[in-house]
Amino acid sequence: MTPRESDTIISAAAGTNEGNQELRSRSELTAKEVMREVGAVLRMSEADAALLAEVEADPGEDQTMIINMGPQHPSTHGVLRLMLELKGETVLRCKPIIGYLHTGMEKTGESLTFMQGGTNVTRMDYLSPLNSELVFSMATEKLLGIDGDIPERAVWIRMLMSELNRMSSHLLFMATNGMDIGAVSMMLYGWREREVVLRFFQKVTGLRMNHNFIRPGGVAADLPAGWRDDVMSILDMLPDRLGEYDVLMTNQPIWRERLQGVGVITQAEAIALGATGPILRSTGLAWDLRRDMPYMQYDKLEFDVIVGSYGDAFDRYAIRLNEIRESMRIVRQILDRVPSGDYRIQDKKVTPPPRARIDESMEALIHHFKIFTEGFKVPEGEVYVAIESPRGEVGCYIASDGSPTPYRMHVRAPSFVNVQALPHMMRGGLVADAVAVISSVDPVLGEVDR
Amino acid sequence: MGVVRNVLDDGLEGLDHNFLTGRIEDLVKWSRSRSSWGATFGLACCAIEMMGTGAPHYDLARFGMEVFRASPRQADIMIVAGRVSQKMAPVLRQVYDQMMEPKWVISMGVCASSGGMFNNYAIVQGVDQVVPVDVYAPGCPPTPETLIHAIETLHQLIEDGEIMRRRATSGAGANVHIQEIPAGITTPVILGSR
Amino acid sequence: MTTEETATPATLHGCLLGDSRGQAVLFVPKLSYMSTMKKLVDDGYEMCADLTAVDFLTHASRTLPIGVSPERFEIVVNLLSLSKRERLRVRVQVSESDPSIESLFDLYPGTEAMEREVFDMFGISFAGHPDLTRILMPEDWQGHPLRKDYAQGRIPVQFKGAAS
Repeated sequence: MTPRESDTIISAAAGTNEGNQELRSRSELTAKEVMREVGAVLRMSEADAALLAEVEADPGEDQTMIINMGPQHPSTHGVLRLMLELKGETVLRCKPIIGYLHTGMEKTGESLTFMQGGTNVTRMDYLSPLNSELVFSMATEKLLGIDGDIPERAVWIRMLMSELNRMSSHLLFMATNGMDIGAVSMMLYGWREREVVLRFFQKVTGLRMNHNFIRPGGVAADLPAGWRDDVMSILDMLPDRLGEYDVLMTNQPIWRERLQGVGVITQAEAIALGATGPILRSTGLAWDLRRDMPYMQYDKLEFDVIVGSYGDAFDRYAIRLNEIRESMRIVRQILDRVPSGDYRIQDKKVTPPPRARIDESMEALIHHFKIFTEGFKVPEGEVYVAIESPRGEVGCYIASDGSPTPYRMHVRAPSFVNVQALPHMMRGGLVADAVAVISSVDPVLGEVDR
Repeated sequence: MGVVRNVLDDGLEGLDHNFLTGRIEDLVKWSRSRSSWGATFGLACCAIEMMGTGAPHYDLARFGMEVFRASPRQADIMIVAGRVSQKMAPVLRQVYDQMMEPKWVISMGVCASSGGMFNNYAIVQGVDQVVPVDVYAPGCPPTPETLIHAIETLHQLIEDGEIMRRRATSGAGANVHIQEIPAGITTPVILGSR
Repeated sequence: MTTEETATPATLHGCLLGDSRGQAVLFVPKLSYMSTMKKLVDDGYEMCADLTAVDFLTHASRTLPIGVSPERFEIVVNLLSLSKRERLRVRVQVSESDPSIESLFDLYPGTEAMEREVFDMFGISFAGHPDLTRILMPEDWQGHPLRKDYAQGRIPVQFKGAAS
């Protein structure tokens, strides 16, 4: 019914007509107006909420209830606290309260050299640490002016590790999403697959998590002998397992009932809130930085961008499941095309010399000493580099003043911005759906709080 | 018939081929150590490794710990996995207080044990400033083998009973520091201190 | 942004347009901040990727284009145009004596959490923000941690083998 018709009917019946002040249908409004009208965010401070909890609710009156979920909660994916205003089982408004994992990483980053910065940044998004290291290294290289000189092999190794990390992060999403919805055995299956990828990482980087492998100038070490066989065994094993997930979850009626239509977000809302990654892609917009603003050598690879159509939790689940398949496709292409060469740029100021050289050459010893104690100096300037992490656009803004440590290091964490979308997704849903919604956003509180 | 005659003649000693005798205290300690349930207190990266330890490859269920109870009332061991920020410290203490005795704390990872690499304004430099810690597991993050070693060390302490005596006297934790087991080893993990 | 002609620097919507390592940077004075941002939204920068701040207390001598007077704080807004596949960075100088600026919440609702973080970490207040409270630190925390005059809070660590 168009507004004009409804105006006529109302004015005919009641004799009043407020015109544009009336509540218009959702599709007509822009996202900003929707969010202001809908008012999904609970604007109440923690102190007020605590006072409210002390006041006894009068039974019998039709009052809404404000309850607290978290920060210690099995389903909030870390230390996320949600204040929910409920009417019965329906969520009216929601306020996410974060900061329970604030580590002062940006302050710490100002006292670590650019070589050490990777150890700091990698612990922000601890499910895809290689992506965090990658964006930090790329920002440093841009400041240094060597971003065009990174050796080919280093770039391809970086892409390989980044895609494998995407796979392991999405497998963990499968596991935790399954467990949150109730398919508890999915937790075991997802971790079983993830273990194989983690063992490969441990073989290449030395650690299962928080690798500090991608450093400014390239990667820390070359791929070990036999890495192709390891990657091939991962690629051979996974497709059948993913098919099992399809049988267990995707085509299953209970799964669909739980996820379809839950946590719907429109495209305009997502863009207005700055949500990126699977959330934005589930609304129908095929935005993937690897394809739309390519970095490294992604423009030479063939892969599809998975897009949803309804913007609900099921779409986000399906997008991530198929992104695992796309990442496998990318890894197969990388396997064929990794060139030989250096794994680090041969710039003496940035790359430490090989350990054997230190015994032979005084210059090598001095360079090693300088790089590891003082750090290499980065020219003054500021730069913002963004890549596509499994959760969305992760960006690193570094302002340097010519010293060996960053003057200001800020990471634009995708989960920090995506968490803002939670109130709008939860509004009108049930409390049980709240868990499904949080799980479909897949926040990592390490990068939310930094 | 023969059995009955034994009871009448020798009392309970006649039945010794069907019974094990022992002290109730030993039975209680044995069952406590074999079925301790953990409280979920996964905070950051260490939580991922903790979940990985519960996963099929490393399988905490064989040590009786596959169930991580969300309600602290039903939990025995609190594994503080991850960095504790200033905002989280009161929550940590509150959850610890809600746990029923007997309760133990494993501090998993360097951030929980000492503040780790984050020596700054935002992180509590060691959860032993907030709760009494029984076992410290180093690593960033500790490998699943290290965590299992820490849990089994704690289980050994529970089974020995030493830990309860010390807690009763001083209220402090056991303060056991274990060695980190690096990733990728193929030798079997030494379980506890047996 | 050519460098041959030095007569007139590039401008966009009346503000100086610079270049930083190949990335476009727009220096907007605080007074024309809101109007310029509205024009940029109309230009096609639909998404605000990031809003942060920098405290230049110990690096007051940074290079800025002629015509931009340095202040202690700088608000840095990274905009993203999905349709044009371009990024633009906006830098606004905010003085220490008046650490406040208008909020972008009406234009980009996604800046709500980002502005709260800047308020928490730097103490810059945003006029028109619906809920300007601390987001990362506890509510009763004193001080703004990312300012340069706020200490890192290191506790000196005594190692077992070290000579005291």
